Parts: sequence; C-alpha cells; structure tokens
Amino acid sequence: MKLIMAIIKPFKLDDVREALTPLGVQGLTVSEVKGFGRQKGQTEIYRGAEYQVSFLPKIKLEVVVADGLVDQVIEAIATTANTGKIGDGKIFVMDIERAVRIRTGELDSEAL
Amino acid sequence: MKKPRLAWGLSALFFALLLALPAFADDAPAAAAAAAAAVPAGPPKIDTGDTAWMLTSTALVLLMTIPGLALFYAGMVRKKNLLATMMQSFAICCIVTLVWVVAGYSIAFTNGNAYMGDFSRVMLNGIGAGISKGTDIAFTLGAGTDAAAVQTVPESVYMMFQMTFAIITPALIAGAFADRMKFSALCIFITLWSLLVYSPIAHWVWAPTGWASQMGVLDFAGGTVVHINAGVAGLVCALVLGKRVGFNTDNMAPFNLSYAVIGASLLWVGWFGFNAGSAVGANGRAGMAMTVTQIATAAAAMGWMFAEWITKGKPSVLGIISGAVAGLVAITPASGYVLPGGSIVIGLAAGVICFWSATWLKHALGYDDSLDAFGVHGIGGIVGALLTGLLSYGPLSATDATPDGSPGGFDQLKLQAIGVASTIVYSGVMTLILLMVTKALVGLRVTEEEEREGLDIVLHGEQIY
Repeated sequence: MKLIMAIIKPFKLDDVREALTPLGVQGLTVSEVKGFGRQKGQTEIYRGAEYQVSFLPKIKLEVVVADGLVDQVIEAIATTANTGKIGDGKIFVMDIERAVRIRTGELDSEAL
Repeated sequence: MKKPRLAWGLSALFFALLLALPAFADDAPAAAAAAAAAVPAGPPKIDTGDTAWMLTSTALVLLMTIPGLALFYAGMVRKKNLLATMMQSFAICCIVTLVWVVAGYSIAFTNGNAYMGDFSRVMLNGIGAGISKGTDIAFTLGAGTDAAAVQTVPESVYMMFQMTFAIITPALIAGAFADRMKFSALCIFITLWSLLVYSPIAHWVWAPTGWASQMGVLDFAGGTVVHINAGVAGLVCALVLGKRVGFNTDNMAPFNLSYAVIGASLLWVGWFGFNAGSAVGANGRAGMAMTVTQIATAAAAMGWMFAEWITKGKPSVLGIISGAVAGLVAITPASGYVLPGGSIVIGLAAGVICFWSATWLKHALGYDDSLDAFGVHGIGGIVGALLTGLLSYGPLSATDATPDGSPGGFDQLKLQAIGVASTIVYSGVMTLILLMVTKALVGLRVTEEEEREGLDIVLHGEQIY
C-alpha cells in the first residue's frame, strides 16, 4: 500500500477526482492548504498599501492505494492537474504499513 | 405667504360648505385649512407627512452605523480584530444615545449662546410638553430668538433624528484607531468627545443661535459637523496612538472585503435618510437632496475607480466602494443646496482627491489612519464643504431668514472656508486634549503582545468562529 499525496491547484480538484474514480480509487481525503514553491506569491494592493502574499492557496489530496495502482494514479493526477504554468504542484508517494476500516475491522487492502 | 393661504382656506371652506360635508373628518386638508383661517394664531401643528418621513429617515441614519459602518470597517480589518471593530460601532451607538439624552441634545440644540446651548433640555426635560391627548404641537428651533425656525415635526422626532447623527460621527473616528485602542479608553474618549466636541460644533452650525449658522455658513447635512469633525479627530487619534505594530512590514490585508461591500452599500442606502432627511420635511428640497446624493455617489465611485485603474492597473472592489463613500461624504454639506450638474462636479472631485489622499498622501506622510477616516471623511468633507460655497443654487438654499438664498460664489466660499477652518482647529485641539485626559485615566493602547494576539480575544474574550 502506498499513500499518494498531491498538492494541486484548487480549481483542478474536480478534474482529478473524475480521473481517479474510473481507476478504482474508492475514496480520498482533501484539505485546503497554503504554501509556496517556485511560484512564490502574489501582490495585493489595498488603497495603495501593497502586500506580498507569500503563501498561496492549494489543495492537498491524499489517497491510499494498493501497490499495483500507484503508477496509474500518479499518471492520472499528473495529467489532469497539469496546466503547464508555474504553480501546478507536486506529488509525493509514501509507504503505508497498515490500514483498518473502523466499521468492520477489515484490514489492509480489504480496508481501502 | 399669508394671503394665498387665507384665500385657499376660504375657498376650501366655501367648497366644503357647498358640498354640505363640513363634518366629514376625512376631508382633513380642507378642514385644517378652514380651521387655520378661522383661528389664525394657534400653536404650530405638526405635518403628518413630514413627521412620517423624519421617522423613516431616523431609522435609515441609524442603519448607517449599525450595521452599515460596523460592517464597512469590520470588513477592512484583519480576522483577529473583526469582532472588536464591530463592537466599537455598536458600543458607540449605545454610549452616545445615553450621552445625547443626558446633555448632548441640550448643548447642541437649545438657545444658549453662539458657542453652545444651555442646559434646559438636560435629561430631555420638557420634551413632552407639546403632547396633549396623543397629538403634538410642532416645536420651534431657537424659540424666542430672532432666528426662530418653526418646524413641522414634534421635538421627539427632531431629537431622535439628530441623535443618529451624533451616533455616527464618533463611530467614524474608530476607523483611524482600529486594531489598537483599548476598549475602556474608547468608552471614556467617546463620551467626552460627544459632549465637548460634537455637541458644540452641531450648535455652531445647526442651532439658529450658533455663530456659524448666523454668519451664513452652509452645511446641509453635516460636512463640517460630521465628516470634517470626525476626520480631523481621526487624524489626531492616528498621530497620538501611533502606528499599528507591524505597519508597513506585516500583511494587513482586509480579512473579508465582502463585509465591507455590504457595509458601504448600507451606508449608501441609509444616506438618503441622512441627506434627504436633513430637509426636516417631505418636500422639494428633500427630493433634490436625494437626487444629488445618488448622482454624486455614483460620480465619485467612478472617479476613484478610473483613477485607480489608470494609476495602479486594476479597478479594485475596495476602490469603488471607497469612492462611493467619499462621494456620499462630499455631497453631504451640499445636498440641499446644489443642482444635479454641481453634484457631478462634487462627486468626481471627491472620488479623485480622496483616492489621492488615501493611497498617496497617507503613505507619503507616514501616519497610520488605518481605515482612512481622515483620508475619506476629512478630505471628502473639506472638498464638499468648499464646493458647496461655489456651486450653491440660490432658490434652493432660500430660507425664511434668507429669502434670496445663498448663491454660490467667492463670498460664500469664504464663509465655507471659515466654517471648515474653525471645525478643523476646534476638533483637532479638543481631540488632542481629550486623548491626553483618557491616557492619564486608563491609557490609550493595548500592549504590543495583546495587539499581536488580536483585540477580539484580548478585549472581548471571543472569536468570530
């Protein structure tokens, strides 16, 4: 099992979800986050006062999948979240040791 | 005046007799006119139409402070100070209501001398004198003096209408000391300021015995009394309290500009009560005041928007609403005196000049008038008060005392400049003194640590969510 964590542009969330469900992804977790990368920030002006906003809003998407599905999921996210412009985000992959479905007590791949 | 009224009364009486319906109470105008013709020296009657409009206007002007100004200001501060900023408007509404009842109204609107009223209406003493069996005698402003002005509304309504002005004026100052003043200091400062600054200036300009009023300074709805007064007091507050912690280094972007848009929109709507209500009657001047208010506000919003679009690259939402408020401020002293053409000039001038003062002048001089109480209300008020002197239309500004009105021109401009300068000096000096008194009693600012944590939790023990 792997945890795939992707930071993407907020308006790409629906596209990514639509790309993942046909692959057999049963569920995922989404958070609204802020951060910066190479995109740095943006300038906002309020009555002449300029502020450099260094943290931009992004969506963090977390999905745990069986090992066999990892490449397809990465491919799907990378394709759909791509705009070609700076600030598209990143994808990280981590090992998962155990998983438990709380309602039934099913374990690991049964629980995904 | 008397001849046509008598003739009208007689013809109405004749008409009523002809139809043999004199006892029908629903023919009220004819009956009233007939009565007036028969008994010419009765006490002044209230006019129900005028009174209805003034009751409505009073509610509209209160709407400007709560929730209008509360939302406008709260939308421009940071998340940690949002509740505290709303609390300022709400608490000032309550404090000034009581101050006005205890002595503020008496100091502002009784005869007294040229500089302040007397204490004959303390605790609103005698305000019920005109009421008999549920009907009211209209009251006379400046009764017993040469400048007596007979009104067509009961004194309770006039007092309430003026109370809502007394409420919004100190609430406007809060924009200058947002994010850093102690709440205890605010309570003391506002109480003193309302009594010792607002009420006397209102007396100068609006009581028939006031010196500015006698001299002929024009201020229809409060350019000097409300906006220059609050704006200058705000500037002094900003200078005395000093800059917010992190000014020019931290991000102080507004937390929720949509609140500010709602607030500015409510101010606009409520301002029809403020300006058209200042006619103290439902009449042609009220209609013209409403007309020029709408036009000047739109012109100022466009003036600010295009000035910003051209110089900064984008027409911002905060910009267009700030321009609208600047236009409302600037047309306030002029609203019962100018024609639509003049209102476009006043609006455009206010929009562009206030844009310059809030975005350039403030940063160039380096003071932290957080929400531009001076930049918008002070500067906008000065622009409006001076242009009133140039653009005033004679017939519209005519009163019983000045039947020819006060046509705009250099002489009137000089009078306006005297009104503006006196307000700036008195408001500035008194505000400084009252801030020093407040500082000696409880201190003015929260500590740096408290300011960083935010006033909501530190002063009020609450958070927005």
